[in-house]
Amino acid sequence: MSEHTILQVQNLKVNFDVSSEGDMPWTKAKKLQAVNNVSFNLNSGETLGVVGESGCGKSTLARAIVKMVPADSGKVIWFGNDLLALNKSEMRQHRKQIQMIFQDPLASLNPRMNIGEIIAEPLRTHYPKTPESDVKQRVKDVMNKVGLLDNLVNRYPHEFSGGQCQRIGIARALILKPKLIICDEPVSALDVSIQAQVVNLLMDLQEEMELTLIFIAHDLSIVKHISTKIMVLYLGNMVELANSDDIYTNPRHPYTQALISAVPIPDPSIEKNKKLILIEGDLPSPVDPPSGCVFRTRCQKAQDICAIEKPEFKEVSNNHEVACHFHD
Amino acid sequence: MIAINKKKIKVMADNLAESGTGRSLWKDARIRFMQNKAATVSLFILAAIVAFSFIGPYFAVWSYEKIDWNAMGSAAKVGMPSIESGHFFGTDDLGRDLYSRVIQGTQISLMVGFLGASVAVFVGTLYGATSGYLGGKTDQIMMRIVDILMSIPYMFVLILLLVVFGRSIGMLFIGIGLLSWLDMSRIVRGQTLNLKNKEFIEAAQVTGVSDFKIITRHIVPNLLGIVAVYATLLVPGIILAESFISFLGLGVQEPSTSWGALIKEGAGTIRYDTEWQLLFPLAFFVVSLFCFYFIGDGLRDALDPKDR
Repeated sequence: MSEHTILQVQNLKVNFDVSSEGDMPWTKAKKLQAVNNVSFNLNSGETLGVVGESGCGKSTLARAIVKMVPADSGKVIWFGNDLLALNKSEMRQHRKQIQMIFQDPLASLNPRMNIGEIIAEPLRTHYPKTPESDVKQRVKDVMNKVGLLDNLVNRYPHEFSGGQCQRIGIARALILKPKLIICDEPVSALDVSIQAQVVNLLMDLQEEMELTLIFIAHDLSIVKHISTKIMVLYLGNMVELANSDDIYTNPRHPYTQALISAVPIPDPSIEKNKKLILIEGDLPSPVDPPSGCVFRTRCQKAQDICAIEKPEFKEVSNNHEVACHFHD
Repeated sequence: MIAINKKKIKVMADNLAESGTGRSLWKDARIRFMQNKAATVSLFILAAIVAFSFIGPYFAVWSYEKIDWNAMGSAAKVGMPSIESGHFFGTDDLGRDLYSRVIQGTQISLMVGFLGASVAVFVGTLYGATSGYLGGKTDQIMMRIVDILMSIPYMFVLILLLVVFGRSIGMLFIGIGLLSWLDMSRIVRGQTLNLKNKEFIEAAQVTGVSDFKIITRHIVPNLLGIVAVYATLLVPGIILAESFISFLGLGVQEPSTSWGALIKEGAGTIRYDTEWQLLFPLAFFVVSLFCFYFIGDGLRDALDPKDR
């Protein structure tokens, strides 16, 4: 932990109770491990990319950090305070500094409110005494910052395109000048050219406003573009955490290797000769995860030990952590 | 010349940019509603009926409680609708002017309908939205209370209330209002459960908006479409309930009257050739109910264009 560390997540666990059909009221609900023992540090100005396939706990991790879903154990230390131990009103003070951007740009805006009201809402919530003229000015400033014309303040969300809606969402997240923005798949619902615009906008804003980002996505090429650190999740477990360049040039975990080999390269001659590592089978049920290493059921390198002993998540080279018995 | 034109064009362009007020969903819905002929016509007819109930008394010759001794007891011969005698809609059996009485009945019936529906909408929306939004145990308890209240026969309770506490219009409001919010709260709760997981609610929670503000600012405005539709269908329901109570003789007290009471009197004397005593109140009643149903239908189409 360095002095620039603003967020420290330690052994975070999130379980959900699931009851299946035909259960009696007294049947004990099964535990679904959505996030299992996730730990990382985040320094000011960094971008942590979180990747993994659908249902691996990326969004749950993000929501657990901001206390939208209750965590079962672990710590989320934000500037020295454990957020999970705070009560509702104490937590409200910290909510100013942590904002979120969502996946579906249109669904994340209230259809009955106009853009000005939507963007001003965080400001009005945390500083209700701000004079109306200041609110208007701040809304205009932040709209210009994200590349929206400020004469659109009186329009409604359904009058905008997906990319514009995402810019509105970003403007809402920025108006309080937060320190950390959690982006939950902010570009998955946009088409490719708009994705690039939004990602570049986020990067420019990050530089300008000294933001720290947690960027969740399943598109590896975008994550590589924006992130300084990348974390790979599988079935709620961390499998690899390393610097962005490191993980691309030298992936250690078989799962990461397979994911990276699946990224298309926009050059047919390279693409043709590329060796694709295929992962077979389906994601195991998180209600009943495999014993030992969670990835062993689909891993080409799996040996007997993988079923018995859970590989420790450990540093194998400088700042490169992997959870595998047979890492490269 | 060209310079002036350029200036003008620039001013026009600025105006266009400045006047950028968006079309809210409400505005869109209003435009769609106006395109629905049946609903628009119904709205005008209903407005005319309401206006008539306020302006009508200025044209009345007789008050609603004054007895025309000429017509008393011989309504069939003397009390028929006529402009000369001042009884535009004829008289009732006691010789009271039916024109004034229909106006009075319209006022009372519509008031019961509107006020009863407003109570139901207000209580039902807040109760349902709170229950649905908070979820968990609170939701369970709140909804079981609704289930219990719903299982009590509604007419029976209303009749008991009127018998025990005396017949009065206030009691009728309380009785009808207190019971008709139950359906509303269920509908609203269902919609809230749907809305609760939308990302904009989550965005508000992450920002730190309080639960109360989320309900009033984010959930209720998005429910109003459904609520508006249901409310327009609730008004005629309440008018019908009041009419039924009045028909039983438990509703409003003489000399005040309502559509139900007038229809009851008219139906009672129909064999004495005084059909106008039934037909005038009945016409108002039927036309108003039709209007309400058409408006409700129009609103539903206007507010969820996707469901058509």
